[in-house]
Amino acid sequence: MSTLVAAQAPEARSSSGFRLAMLLPGGLVTFLLILFALGLVLFLAFRGNDGSLLGVGLTVDNFVTVATDPLYWTVTLRSLVIAGLVTLATVVTAYPVAYYLAFHAGRRRGLLLFLVTLPFWTSYLLRVFAWKIVLAYNGVLNSALIESGIWSEPTLAFLNTPAAVVVTLAHAYAPFAILPIYVALDTIPKSLLEAASDLGARPFTAFRRVVLPNSMPGVLAAALVVFVPTVGDYVTPAMVGGPASTMIGTLIQSQFGKANDWPFGAALSVCVMLVILAVVLVARSADRRFGSRT
Amino acid sequence: MKAERAGTKRDGRWLGLYVLAYLVFLYLPVLLIPLFSFNDSIQAAFPLQGFTLQWYQTLYSNPALSGALVNSLVIATVAASGATLCGITVSYMDLYGRSPLAATISGIARLPILIPGVIVGISLLILINLIGLGPSRVAIVLGHILVALPTTVVVMRSRFAAIPRTVREAALDLGASDWTTFRRVMLPLSLPAVLSAFMLAFLISFDEFIVVFFLAGTDPTLPLYIWSQLRFPRSLPTVMALGTVILATSFIIAGTAEILRHRGLGAARRNPA
Repeated sequence: MSTLVAAQAPEARSSSGFRLAMLLPGGLVTFLLILFALGLVLFLAFRGNDGSLLGVGLTVDNFVTVATDPLYWTVTLRSLVIAGLVTLATVVTAYPVAYYLAFHAGRRRGLLLFLVTLPFWTSYLLRVFAWKIVLAYNGVLNSALIESGIWSEPTLAFLNTPAAVVVTLAHAYAPFAILPIYVALDTIPKSLLEAASDLGARPFTAFRRVVLPNSMPGVLAAALVVFVPTVGDYVTPAMVGGPASTMIGTLIQSQFGKANDWPFGAALSVCVMLVILAVVLVARSADRRFGSRT
Repeated sequence: MKAERAGTKRDGRWLGLYVLAYLVFLYLPVLLIPLFSFNDSIQAAFPLQGFTLQWYQTLYSNPALSGALVNSLVIATVAASGATLCGITVSYMDLYGRSPLAATISGIARLPILIPGVIVGISLLILINLIGLGPSRVAIVLGHILVALPTTVVVMRSRFAAIPRTVREAALDLGASDWTTFRRVMLPLSLPAVLSAFMLAFLISFDEFIVVFFLAGTDPTLPLYIWSQLRFPRSLPTVMALGTVILATSFIIAGTAEILRHRGLGAARRNPA
């Protein structure tokens, strides 16, 4: 994209005043707020906690604790498993929706796209709360099961489980997954599918060999936008998860609240960012593999 | 060929059913909130009791709530303005600025998508404490600009990219300065997208909880108020009444933003020169 721009744009006559005014707001926000703030987290992660704002000394103790204390391993692993399951569930259930939108929706496409993304614009807190209403001991699911005679007694088995966290998050992030997959599917030329069927490919073969590989960039993008907010979430585990589904976001949050150990919380954050960086890099290299195929 | 066509049509019907079921999954839990907000019982459970408006009445004369609402509206307005301004300038310079700096800024501006909210929150918390600002409304505004920025950049970028390059070149060739071209040509052409970006940023700020949790001082925003009420079973019906109002408002704003975005894109296609 940017090379195209460079090749076509006329000789720039931009006054420096114009450039400065146009670059200033975005520059301030991105460099100061994003890069500097993230740099501060990185710096703080290597400090000791003495109750002061920026800590004291220079140490790797925080990371040693994260690496050696089994509590943090358990919670980190659990966060990865839960976020992974949420990502898998969301992407797998979203794919057919995106497929329908791209190939079958016809004139209803615009309306369906809107309906699918609409829940995203409503309060996340309320959507999590809605699941609490559904899953609670005297909640909707239990009362519906008893009213209809399927169950005789309400069960505690729904709420406060890791499964509740997975379902709630898969619901909350559904629109995030549908959109990128739809965009990827929509850019596949229809002639490619016709060519596949003309060459004798059955619909399923055409899907497996043509559609699926070509939509992989969208699938990877979807997986990323679901995984990233999920792995650091602390609201859903607190509301529907119970103690058995404490995630790393909860630990980070409590370090900056109750525990009041900011350097350690910063170190945990750095670890989360490293995990996400690793995931992004894996997704990137996978993306490149699929990209070179087309 | 014919058989294949018929096959895809049948697939389409099955997929259509699936999409329908998926929409039920998406909307059913959310629609429980309005349903129970009219239910005459503290418990959110079936069977429904009588119809009541009492939870809406308790909403009406609640100073803590209206304070949080006003706070949220002010913050969302300021944050959305800031995010939209940054979205416009960042994407404009990215597409037309021809400088590595502009491209870098645009890249970083879309970065917050790859940072979990909890980390955005704590990194800003450290920053605002370092510069002596502390948790405050200004801090929340900064946080929400950051959270909404990727959205406004993406919306504005796609709009600017949809305007044929010849339009800008013609303006420049006819002697318009960069300022004039931007103000009189490019900005009016992308006005629907500007409004759409503003509304989406407004919604994002208005609903945002994870980041604001770390940055709020003494005046809570609406999501923080809701969070504080969720602990008390007695206030849950009122929360549902409040939630219903928020759902309805969000749906209306999102719908309007969508219509504006479409109108803008349609106009760009119909009216290339």
